[in-house]
Amino acid sequence: MDLNKKFTPETWPDNPETATFEAKNKFVGFWLFLGGEVILFATLFATYLALKNKGPAGLEFSTQELYELPLVFVMTMLLLTSSLTSVYAMYHLRNYNFRKMQLWLGITAFLGLGFLMLEVYEFTHYVQLGFTYGNSAFSSSFYTLVGTHGFHVAIGLVWITLLIFRNAKRGLNLYNATKYYTFSLYWHFIDVIWVFIFTAVYLMGVVG
Amino acid sequence: MSSVAQKKGFGAWLWDWLTTVDHKKIGILYLLGGGFFFVLGGIEAVLIRIQLLHPNSDLISAGLFNQLITMHGTTMIFLAAMPILFGFMNAIMPLQIGARDVAFPFINSLGLWMFIFGGLFLNISWFMGQAPDAGWTSYTSLAITSEGHGVDFYSIGLQIAGGGTLMSGINFLVTIINMRAPGMTYMRMPLFTWTTFIASAMILFAFPPLTIGLFFLTFDRLFGGNFFDHTMGGNTIIWEHIFWIFGHPEVYILILPAFGIFSEIFPTFARKRLFGYTSMVFATVLIGFLGFMVWAHHMFTVGLGSTANAIFAVATMAIAVPTGVKIFNWLLTMWGGSIKVTVPMLYAIAFIPSFVMGGVTGIMQGAAPLDYQLHDSYFIVAHFHYVIVGGVVLGILAATHYWWPKMFGTMLSEGLGKLTFWTFFIGFHMTFLIQHWLGFWGMPRRVFTYMDGQGWNAANYISTVGAFFMSVGVIVLVINIIITTVKNERVGNDPWGDGRTLEWATQSPPVYYNFPQTPLVRGLDTVWIEKSEGNKSGVTPAVPLQDIHMPHGSIIPFLMSFGLFMAGFGAMFRLETSWGLSLLVFGLFWTFVTMSIRSVKDDLGYYVPKEEILRDMKREGGQK
Repeated sequence: MDLNKKFTPETWPDNPETATFEAKNKFVGFWLFLGGEVILFATLFATYLALKNKGPAGLEFSTQELYELPLVFVMTMLLLTSSLTSVYAMYHLRNYNFRKMQLWLGITAFLGLGFLMLEVYEFTHYVQLGFTYGNSAFSSSFYTLVGTHGFHVAIGLVWITLLIFRNAKRGLNLYNATKYYTFSLYWHFIDVIWVFIFTAVYLMGVVG
Repeated sequence: MSSVAQKKGFGAWLWDWLTTVDHKKIGILYLLGGGFFFVLGGIEAVLIRIQLLHPNSDLISAGLFNQLITMHGTTMIFLAAMPILFGFMNAIMPLQIGARDVAFPFINSLGLWMFIFGGLFLNISWFMGQAPDAGWTSYTSLAITSEGHGVDFYSIGLQIAGGGTLMSGINFLVTIINMRAPGMTYMRMPLFTWTTFIASAMILFAFPPLTIGLFFLTFDRLFGGNFFDHTMGGNTIIWEHIFWIFGHPEVYILILPAFGIFSEIFPTFARKRLFGYTSMVFATVLIGFLGFMVWAHHMFTVGLGSTANAIFAVATMAIAVPTGVKIFNWLLTMWGGSIKVTVPMLYAIAFIPSFVMGGVTGIMQGAAPLDYQLHDSYFIVAHFHYVIVGGVVLGILAATHYWWPKMFGTMLSEGLGKLTFWTFFIGFHMTFLIQHWLGFWGMPRRVFTYMDGQGWNAANYISTVGAFFMSVGVIVLVINIIITTVKNERVGNDPWGDGRTLEWATQSPPVYYNFPQTPLVRGLDTVWIEKSEGNKSGVTPAVPLQDIHMPHGSIIPFLMSFGLFMAGFGAMFRLETSWGLSLLVFGLFWTFVTMSIRSVKDDLGYYVPKEEILRDMKREGGQK
């Protein structure tokens, strides 16, 4: 494969993410990896639901006292919007418009960073209230589930930043198109997991 | 690898093995690593049996006994059986589907080194005061209160090794989905490839729960988590569910590839097509599916209630149906065949009754009421050794003899092989058959000694003598391997003379690009078809001779795994030493830096020119 081969929107293939043999492998492999991630998060969700509101006698924070929906709503909007912007980026990837793709990915990363900052704020706020990791079984399972998602967001941010800067001067080719595309798959996956967290943790927590 | 720069000397040789991404070499490294841990786990087993030779024995203390049984189980499952099977999958499966390599050679190597470093991490515990002592299942009512760092070695070591397994599983799946040679439809894939496929799919869904369970355990013990501490609202049953949602599929991850191995050996040495190929494939898929539905049969006595117990009992017994289909297919493959009793065939024939006995005792325990009676007795020990040794280990030993000439280009001695077989086979039944009765007579498992006069003395004595026989078998195998390697008599492409599948169409050992030209697959057992049509060259090529694309080697997998290894020690000694925390941070930093280097450095591989392949082919032709 020639990394320096320049395409035009006309010669650029319709499905650049799976245009080469290696790319097909990465594409299928990444979908399978996400399948494994689903099971990983399912285990975390099951544990959280089993340990929700469980703690030592006399030292209990309940989900109703703790969660504040407005903050979580803003976080949700940031993350959902970032998924949309990554779709725009993939639209430009298909059309071989490198600059616009980079721009939309930059916006995606920026929104993701905003989400992560709010999550850090949320966690520090809870810790200040006395709801620490070792506080109860509930707190351990809460921080582990939501924190694992947050960790995935952080990894995604490092990933896309590396991609944006690494390829800034090279433009699109069939080698990095797959890398950009799998990132977008990953980012949507994170978003879907968040929808479940929003429902199973926050909404169900506030409702009771 | 390529003939351009062949440096000589020990350094270059070592560097080659540390950086290799060739699936055949990685397969050999898996065999070496797995074989080493198999011997280690075997020594632990013999020590256990020596302790139980006589009543009231005080050779080994109760604490050390707990460490021995824990490490024996953990080592044999995670560090011996699975890696050795991975070795054969790596070495053989890509050849069977006519692929150049696996889908992700780099990740293949990363999986190997994570297994090696995870295994070393676990076993270094012997030299650092205490080995894990909460059983291979590490039930958390024991594990979170275990003193010292034993259980931490378990949780972190398995986490590192398990990560490698998960990556290898994805790798095999993609290889089989995307890299089959032209004509190799799913229903023409050899059974070993099929079982690799299903076992890999099971790894993909069984290992993430283990990852999470080990993560919980690590955090409970080292970072103030409360998942399993009931005084803080935690629940130890969560561990049991998570562990067995992983652990039950795990036994099928082990046994399915063994089924695949036997499904290759029966047709080869009965010189007859595998009976009921299609039903074999569907039975494999069905076992893979049902394997996930039955985990709670390990928890009948926990108190889940009779409804749950009944559902899991029925689901458990349902697995006997596809397994029975397989057993009859193997028998009918032999029926009317012209059978050649080689060493691999001996193992295959011996496997059927041995494994059926293990399967039948499994069905017995699938009946929840009977399980209440048998629970935690030696009957359980007898049952799972009958399926794991009588199925998986016999499969591994069969595959070792069967594929040794393909992997190393030289044939293991049949005479010594038969000696290994008979000592091991007799020793195996001697050790474990009597344990069924020990269970009925009331001997509980996991006890480090027993009182005189309970009627258990003779049975334990017999069992221990059997273990010695098995050890002799393994020692003879090692001698066989050494003698064979020293003699190094070269063999041709198809040393058994009756090879049916594609791996027998290429040289022994295969060139690093596997096939000079990608083969055309014309049906099930394609090499057999070509042979019976008189095609001397082995197999029809699907493409004209052209340049071959190959991946570059890399040291990064080794370095990345070493980073996790350091971080593991850091996490363990984080609080009690001054260097612990910095080592944890440094190890993780090291891992992420090596990961980033991999991700920003373009590695497009290289091309083997047509002329070089032609040269190789001529040289090969000249040797014949």
